[in-house]
Amino acid sequence: MKTIKASQITDAVKKMCMDANYDLGEDVVKALDEAIEKEESPVCKVVLQHIKENSEIARRDSVPMCQDTGFAVIFAEIGQDVHIEGNFVDAVNEGVRQGYKEGYLRKSIVADPLNRVNTGDNTPAVIHTSIVPGDSLKIIMAPKGGGSENMSGLKMLKPSDGVEGIKQFILERVSEAGPNPCPPIVVGVGIGGTFEVAALLAKKSLTRELGKHNPDPEIAKLEEEMLEKVNKLGIGPQGYGGRITALAVHIEKHPCHIASLPVAVNINCHAHRHKEVVL
Amino acid sequence: MEGPIKLQTPLKDEDVEKLKIGDQVLISGVLLTGRDAAHKRLVELLDKGEELPIDVKGQVIYYVGPTPAKPGRVIGSAGPTTSGRMDAYAPRLIELGLKGMIGKGSRADNVIEAMKKYKSVYFAAIGGAAALIASQIKKAEIIAYEDLGPEAIRRIEVENFPAVVVNDIYGNDLYKEGRKRYQIID
Repeated sequence: MKTIKASQITDAVKKMCMDANYDLGEDVVKALDEAIEKEESPVCKVVLQHIKENSEIARRDSVPMCQDTGFAVIFAEIGQDVHIEGNFVDAVNEGVRQGYKEGYLRKSIVADPLNRVNTGDNTPAVIHTSIVPGDSLKIIMAPKGGGSENMSGLKMLKPSDGVEGIKQFILERVSEAGPNPCPPIVVGVGIGGTFEVAALLAKKSLTRELGKHNPDPEIAKLEEEMLEKVNKLGIGPQGYGGRITALAVHIEKHPCHIASLPVAVNINCHAHRHKEVVL
Repeated sequence: MEGPIKLQTPLKDEDVEKLKIGDQVLISGVLLTGRDAAHKRLVELLDKGEELPIDVKGQVIYYVGPTPAKPGRVIGSAGPTTSGRMDAYAPRLIELGLKGMIGKGSRADNVIEAMKKYKSVYFAAIGGAAALIASQIKKAEIIAYEDLGPEAIRRIEVENFPAVVVNDIYGNDLYKEGRKRYQIID
């Protein structure tokens, strides 16, 4: 049994809030470089170069790469042999509170979806926990902006719709989203499970290292095919028309009911932010 | 490719008449900022027949909700927000002489109609390029609705703010035209 103090969790979350917003991962920078090479539209080539330059300024000056510093989405894998000393949820929220304040990050959360009064400290975080074997605590922090989140969707397909129905829904979502989610985008897809599991899988797939395929070869092939199809839509960086609409498509699947075929699409922008820590 | 077109605010009819979709521009001068909540308040005032706290004639509004400024900086990161959320309000301001809007994402048909009728242009800035854009903002001050925090109306001074014309006064739409050009149909 390992003991982890609430204060350790707070400190880790605080640091990840800032790092995720200032420091775009090398995987995304590499994907941007490849996109600059491949893009044929002259104006979109400039756009991609500006996006890369933006990430360099953000890292150099420790400022947010995007003004929408997002909803603090946390995925925590808690080892069953871990004892957390203190309140886990409070510890995470305290980390978000401190990170967003001290990091000069935008507070974008309203306490009530109808009254819409800002909580002032970007809490509460959205926290997903799972219990796993072992004695470590892995925390992933993935700030999620509103502009791209709004372009997501979920559909309960019929099993007879099959993989063709899934492909069609993904293309429909990306096509309707058009320029709004700040392309080049990363498309997260969850297939199967239940209504809520599909959505969660789609979101979680976005925390995967960019360009790393699903270990299932069949799903990996579908990811490649869908990336090609999405890029044929011609939306292009910022929607100005071009070859690179998405940098990657990530797909996760889960067992599902004989009567169901849920599919969820969660879109992320090029500010594909996530950090992780293992305590 | 020709170089970007330099624009100086406030804009006149002759400035917007020469702009076409796909043109890259560098904007210098004063911009007003505002997004959802501020627009809602402005239009509520108009509905009541009251005067606005800002004069929009000839002005360009930048749809942005910046991050808090770090000490020693004039503004925090300041990239464009999704313009579609302002569609319900934009035609009213265009009618009052607003000459330009900067944001990201597509506009509703009635906004595009108003742009044609009253000669106003919609520009897109690069979504997410908030640190880069902040470096082009030289001054910033809140001029209305301070209680709205990131959504307050600001007066900002910019130098060579990069943007692209998405909707011109002739009814063209870069999002539609650009996509058509690069679409591959199997």
